[in-house]
Amino acid sequence: MADLDQAPARAGTHRSTTALAALAAWWRPYRAVLTSRVRAQTSYRGSFALDLASSVLIGLVELAEIWVLYRSVDALGGLDLAAVLLVFGIADTAFSTADLFVGHVDTLPRYLRAGTLDVFYLRPQPLLAQLVTSEISLRRVTRIGVGLTALAVGLAVNDIAWSPLVVAFLVVVLLASTLTFAGLFVAAAGVQFFLVDASEMTNAVVYGGRYAATQPASVWGKPLVALFGFAVPIAFTAYLPVVALLGLPGAEWLPSWLGWLAPLAAVWTWAVALLAWRTGVRHYQGGGG
Amino acid sequence: MRLSPGPQRRGGVAGTPRAWLRVHGRLLASGFRRGAAYRGAALGGLVANVTFGFLKVSVLTAAVAAGGGELGGYDEAAIVAYAWLSQALLGSVNLFGRTDLADRIKDGSVAVDLLRPLDVQTATTAQEVGRALFQLLPRGLPIIVLGVLVGGMRLPTDPPTLALGLLSALLAVVLSYLLVYLVAASGFWTVETRGLQVLYMIVSGFLAGLFVPVTLFPSWLYALAVATPFPSLLQVPIDVISGRVDGAAALGAVGVQVAWVAAAFAVGHLMTRAGRRRLEVQGG
Repeated sequence: MADLDQAPARAGTHRSTTALAALAAWWRPYRAVLTSRVRAQTSYRGSFALDLASSVLIGLVELAEIWVLYRSVDALGGLDLAAVLLVFGIADTAFSTADLFVGHVDTLPRYLRAGTLDVFYLRPQPLLAQLVTSEISLRRVTRIGVGLTALAVGLAVNDIAWSPLVVAFLVVVLLASTLTFAGLFVAAAGVQFFLVDASEMTNAVVYGGRYAATQPASVWGKPLVALFGFAVPIAFTAYLPVVALLGLPGAEWLPSWLGWLAPLAAVWTWAVALLAWRTGVRHYQGGGG
Repeated sequence: MRLSPGPQRRGGVAGTPRAWLRVHGRLLASGFRRGAAYRGAALGGLVANVTFGFLKVSVLTAAVAAGGGELGGYDEAAIVAYAWLSQALLGSVNLFGRTDLADRIKDGSVAVDLLRPLDVQTATTAQEVGRALFQLLPRGLPIIVLGVLVGGMRLPTDPPTLALGLLSALLAVVLSYLLVYLVAASGFWTVETRGLQVLYMIVSGFLAGLFVPVTLFPSWLYALAVATPFPSLLQVPIDVISGRVDGAAALGAVGVQVAWVAAAFAVGHLMTRAGRRRLEVQGG
C-alpha cells in the first residue's frame, strides 16, 4: 500500500517520469490481479496440469483433422499442406493469445444472470477494462505453444524469400490478427447484454470464426465470404496474409493483395466491438435488488 | 454424511416393471418440457450448428472435388449429407461431456437424488434423453430441411430405412448420455471432473467423426476409433440415416450400437453402486 501512495508524488517532478509513473500506476494493480489469478489457477496442480495437456490435445486434434483430409488430396482451395499449416499457425497463435488476455469476457452472461455485474459499476474504472483485466486464462498458454510450433514449421517448409519486410509483415499480421480476435470477443460480449440466454449465437461467430480462420477461405461460397470474409473479417487473420506472402492467387472475392490490409480488419472489428459494447452497456438496466 | 445403500431403493414408486416404465416415462416427458423452456438457447444452438455446418460443407466438398469427385467412398452428395446430418444430430447427441449430474455430485446435492426410491442412472438418463429429443425439433429438423433445400441433400424415405435410421439416432442419443454419465459418476471418487470432461469432449468429437468422417481415417486410426463407442454416436447413425450403409450391414451397425449401450449401462450401474458407498458429502 505504501508505494501505491508514493507513486503520484514522485511523478510530479518531471514530464517524462509522469508518463512512466502513469504507466506504472496503471500496471501495478493489473499486476496484482494477474499474480493473484495465476496463483489461484495453479493452486490445484493436478487440475491445472490436465488443463494444460487438454489445450495441447485440442490443438493436435485440429491439426489431425486437417492432416486426415490432406492425406487423400494434394491441395484444398489452392493451398497445399505446407501453406495450410502456415494458415493454421497464424490463426491459432493469434486466437489463443486473444483468448488468453480477453477470452474470459465471454463469461459475461453468467454475471448478467447472477446480477453480479452491478458490482463492477461501483468501481471507478471503465467496465470493459475491469472485465478484461479481471482474469487471465493461463491454461491457453500451451495452446499458443501449439500455434507457434505450427507457425514455425509452416515458415520453415514454405518457400519464403526472407527480408526485413517479410519479418515486419509477419509481426504486423500476428498483432493485427490477435487484435481482430480480441475485438471479436468484445463484440460478442456486447451483444450478450441483449441475448443473455442465447450465448451460443455469438459462439457461432467467435468459435465458428476460429474454425473458419484455419480454413482456406477460397473454398467458401458467397454467403460465407460475406460473413467471414468481410462482415467478420476472419479471412484477413490468416488466409489472406498467407496467400499474399506466398504469392498465391487469392479467391474470387478475396484477391491476395487484401492480405496487406490485415490491420484494417483489426480497426474495423474494434470499431464494431466498441459500438456493440457501448450499446450493450447502455441497454443494461441492472440486476435488481 | 455417508449414505448406506438404502433398503427403500428397490421398493417404492418404481417397484413393478409397469410402475418403473410409468415413472421413467414421466421423467422423459419432464426432460422434454425442460428443453422446451429454453427457447433462446435452442435458437442460439441452431445458429451455431448452421454456421459450422456451412463451414464443414465447404471444406469437405472442396476435398471431394480435389479428390476428383470421390474421397474415401464419398461423392459430393454423400459428403454433403454427412456434414448436415452430423450438425443436425449435434444438438441431441452429447459430445460435450457436460451434464447437470456432475455439478450435483460436486456440490453434494446428489445425496438427495440417492435418497429417492429411483435409480440415479436410469432416472437421469430418462430426463436427459427427453431433453435431447426435444432438441431434434428446434435444432435437428431445421438443419435437415436446410440441408435438403440449400445443400441439395437427398435422404432415403422408404419406411424400413427411415425406421432403422430413427432407431439408430435414438440409440446414439441414449449412448451419448450413458457415456457422459460415466464421466460424471467418476466424480464419486474425484469430486472435480472438469478436466476429464474436457478430455472426453476432445476425444469423443474426433473419434465420432464430428469434423471428418471416421471412414476417412488412416487404417490404424480407424481401427483405434472403431474399438471405442464413439463412432456409434455420429458415424453410425449418419451412415444408417443417409443409406450409405444398408441391408444387413445397417442392421449390424445398429447391433453394435445396442452392444455399446448395454456395456455403457452395465459399467454405469456398477459405478453407481460402488460410488454411493464411496460418496462423502461435506457439511450438512
